[in-house]
Amino acid sequence: MMEDWRHGGFGLYLHWPFCAAKCPYCDFNSHVAAEIDITRWNRAYLSEIDRIGELTKGRVLNTVFFGGGTPSLMPAELVASLLDQIRATWPTANDLEITLEANPTSAEAGRFRGYADAGVNRLSMGIQALNDDDLRRLGRLHSVAEAERAFGIARDTFERVSFDLIYARQGQTLAEWRAELTRALHMAVDHFSLYQLTIEDGTAFGARHAAGKLRGLPSEDLSADMYLITQDICEAAGLPAYEVSNHARPGMESRHNLIYWRYGDYAGIGPGAHGRLTLNGIKTATDTPKAPLRWLEMVETHRSGEVLAEPVPTQDQALEYLMFGLRLREGIDTGRYARLAGQALDADAIHEMADLGLLDPSPGQLRATREGRAVLDAILRRLFP
Amino acid sequence: MPRMTQLDLIRNFSIVAHIDHGKSTLADRLIQMTGTVAERDMKAQMLDSMDIERERGITIKANTVRIEYPAKDGQTYVLNLIDTPGHVDFAYEVSRSMRAVEGSLLVVDASQGVEAQTLANVYQAIDANHEIVPVLNKIDLPAADPAAVKENIEDVIGIDASDAIPISAKTGLGIPDVLEAIVKRLPPPKGERDAPLKAMLVDSWYDSYLGVVVMIRVMDGVIRKGDRIKMMQTGAVYGIDKLAVLKPKMIDIAELGPGEIGVFTASIKQVRDTRVGDTITHEKKPCATPLAGFKPAQPVVFCGLFPVDANDFEALRDAIEKLALNDASFSYEMETSAALGFGFRCGFLGLLHLEVVRDRLEREYDLDLITTAPSVVFKLHMKDGEVRDLHNPADMPDLTYVDHIEEPRIKATIMVPDDYLGDVLKLCQDRRGIQMDLTYAGSRAMVVYDLPLAEVVFDFYDRLKSVTKGYASFDYQISGYREDYLVKMSILVNDEPVDALSIMVHRERAESRGRAMVEKLKELIPRHMFKIPIQAAIGGRVIARETLSAMRKDVTAKCYGGDATRKKKLLEKQKAGKKKMRQFGKVEIPQQAFISALKMDN
Ligand SMILES: Nc1nc2c(ncn2[C@@H]2O[C@H](COP(=O)(O)OP(=O)(O)OP(=O)(O)O)[C@@H](O)[C@H]2O)c(=O)[nH]1
Ligand SMILES: C[S@@+](CC[C@H](N)C(=O)[O-])C[C@H]1O[C@@H](n2cnc3c(N)ncnc32)[C@H](O)[C@@H]1O
Ligand code: SF4
Ligand SMILES: [Mg+2]
Repeated sequence: MMEDWRHGGFGLYLHWPFCAAKCPYCDFNSHVAAEIDITRWNRAYLSEIDRIGELTKGRVLNTVFFGGGTPSLMPAELVASLLDQIRATWPTANDLEITLEANPTSAEAGRFRGYADAGVNRLSMGIQALNDDDLRRLGRLHSVAEAERAFGIARDTFERVSFDLIYARQGQTLAEWRAELTRALHMAVDHFSLYQLTIEDGTAFGARHAAGKLRGLPSEDLSADMYLITQDICEAAGLPAYEVSNHARPGMESRHNLIYWRYGDYAGIGPGAHGRLTLNGIKTATDTPKAPLRWLEMVETHRSGEVLAEPVPTQDQALEYLMFGLRLREGIDTGRYARLAGQALDADAIHEMADLGLLDPSPGQLRATREGRAVLDAILRRLFP
Repeated sequence: MPRMTQLDLIRNFSIVAHIDHGKSTLADRLIQMTGTVAERDMKAQMLDSMDIERERGITIKANTVRIEYPAKDGQTYVLNLIDTPGHVDFAYEVSRSMRAVEGSLLVVDASQGVEAQTLANVYQAIDANHEIVPVLNKIDLPAADPAAVKENIEDVIGIDASDAIPISAKTGLGIPDVLEAIVKRLPPPKGERDAPLKAMLVDSWYDSYLGVVVMIRVMDGVIRKGDRIKMMQTGAVYGIDKLAVLKPKMIDIAELGPGEIGVFTASIKQVRDTRVGDTITHEKKPCATPLAGFKPAQPVVFCGLFPVDANDFEALRDAIEKLALNDASFSYEMETSAALGFGFRCGFLGLLHLEVVRDRLEREYDLDLITTAPSVVFKLHMKDGEVRDLHNPADMPDLTYVDHIEEPRIKATIMVPDDYLGDVLKLCQDRRGIQMDLTYAGSRAMVVYDLPLAEVVFDFYDRLKSVTKGYASFDYQISGYREDYLVKMSILVNDEPVDALSIMVHRERAESRGRAMVEKLKELIPRHMFKIPIQAAIGGRVIARETLSAMRKDVTAKCYGGDATRKKKLLEKQKAGKKKMRQFGKVEIPQQAFISALKMDN
């Protein structure tokens, strides 16, 4: 039988943990550092590429993703050095997708050419809002005009470009979001990500929210309405949602992210990067220290940044697959779920939620409807054993 | 090991006051200044050791400490102090404690003056023949007016306050005077060392290491480790394993003689064998007559307590028995409900008492409980002449058999600065009250109202505090039963009646109560995947209705590879959280809803 991960493919995630400033809503593993010793970081990443390369020898690599933090702060030479090593380590798919996340300031735009020359063929830019006041409230260091300029350069430089927006922001009305989305659709090429603002614990917004000082967040109904019009407008414009928050022209989906959602194998390199790798037939969860310097020192002294490598029980794999897979419009293969879980999903629960118009079961398959995806966490709680 | 102390070197007293006037803080200072507890182990209101007491900043259980005080006369005295709760719901703790001692420190906040609970406690102290020492606390506050409060004590209570001791329990000012007054002004206990043992069972509790711990006050005779003793009411016989005094840690002692207060353990298996108020004597040489015992507490609010997980019923039974040991004012009997399975119908002295007991059961015994809507006891006069007590509205029989219904009434005494009098009168009027008296003492008014108990138990005290910004005080006594036009109101959630939410209401107030309840429930029940009608009905007739919309948005916006473990755990945790809710048909109702739905915001 085919190994389970092959349903999803194999990708490599590289985490760059530094940013020019910390945004108040962000709970990513990102840090502001006074000084970064590029030579040391280069050496450490290369060492980790070698180590993981050994473990996964011969696998065909489908995707590479430079995420952050702000990878567009990496010197182009560093990106080039890492990509050279990656290509030397694994056989790569013909259509190898190499994405890099970028912030839209002019300083970073200056490096785009270098990234493209290094092999990056997809750029994902965090624009976040098309409104200067809101950009300021989100703690961003760029204006809308600057973002548009940077995005223009990206479009001229890379084969594929995408950008992120955060909506359901403080005080945002349905009409305002509709207008902003329409403007975004004019900018979009073939992919973008539209995230509703999430208040995360441990962030500045989280603390302000807990103190009752974050005003104007949308009610559940407004947030639902915003979500649903987003689906409609994007669909009509030819960029339907293929995942809860991701939209693409058919065929232009982020192949790297699809590996997560289709529950394939991914290696994680860098501080706080997680992985799911099938090693000797066993799906293994890997983790690394979150603190940048700890990771760096660990790799230097132990030749490994791994703090965890443990088998994922098949029942847990089933739940992870379910949790990721239902985010996708295409849904999950119920046979694959049952093989992992050792039992089928609760048929009564599916039936009940199908009656409510939230799930759309078909033989061998289960997907969430548009309304279902808006309440996916509740669906998952119901389906979890 | 220390032996017993001679009578004239013992002083036993309780500290009583209106809520928050500083009893526990005064106890801290007395403990501290006598060096009973090392400085580094002191903390504020140290006798309030339960989590709920610390969280709410109030005393719930009376607590006893033995301290030693070297007085100015050169003698060292043993003082047993009992810190008591101030809230009305725990008044039984106060009356019980007073029976074990000869005197009371009456604490009055010098910035507030006499309040309803001050009065109630003084009367109890007088009833118990106590010597009373008035103490004016919080004189460090700028608003303190000790002279006026002295006058206030004499006017309102009618006791001599010329020797009242001005103190600040916070800063320690005046505490030496309090210690001296205890020794000089309070009488020593009386008792016969050579008479047969006669001791009062004052309190008991369950300790996970020691088992049942019994607190006693020795009246006559001497009790020693190893003695065979008998509980006179229950007839149970036990051998004393351990004898100790509380400082407040348990310190072993060889014997306790007349006038002394201490605790013992005796491998007591039957929790039911220990009843507060019981008399303890020697098995072989018993005393002739038992002590009078305590007046049993009269529960006024009842509710059902059911385990969320039906398998926890035995654990709940065990927990309730152990808790009742420590709380004689709480009563219980088994109950079954179609929807909720096996549980207990429990009686309490008020809503705070109910919440505290429920909280303690959940925390101390790690249980998840469903609390049904609290109710008072109605008297059903049946057409055949029979009179039945109705503890649970769900048991209301078919109306065709009922001639009329009576409800309990109370006499409520409220003291309030006259600025807020209007609001208080309005509140009482809204709760179907009948004014009986209105008098003034200075700028404070005292109103007496006849009110239906059912209108008071749920949230009257909270409302009173909020409309008077905390300046009113309140005390009540049950005055009797009276007929009224009362009906059972049922609540239907998703078209199914939820027994645990049905209540008895006055017919004229049914619509407004029904509306308030369904609105409240709409907020308390989380949205489900489908819309849920919530209705209030009398008989078959719907009198109020709300619809809880279906959930529309509940999804994690960003979820990538790194989130797998965290997100899966979060969903599992949320799922486990839902298991703490009780399922009624297809609807999950959070435990808190059953009480909160009854509270009226305005
Ligand atoms: N300023 C001042 N505050 C005091 C003094 N004594 C007590 N307090 C404060 O008054 C509040 C109530 O004190 P407690 O000692 O808990 O009162 P209590 O009478 O034991 O209250 P209950 O047990 O709930 O009836 C606390 O915040 C104390 O810090 C005092 O002498 N001066
Ligand atoms: C790794 S982050 C950002 C990459 C890049 N550093 C940037 O800020 O442009 C990926 C995306 O997650 C989204 N995001 C981060 N925190 C979020 C939050 N609290 N709520 C919603 N979206 C968030 C933002 O749109 C962001 O672009
Ligand atoms: S949103 Fe992007 S730029 Fe802002 S702190 Fe997070 S990773 Fe850094
Ligand atoms: Mg207290």
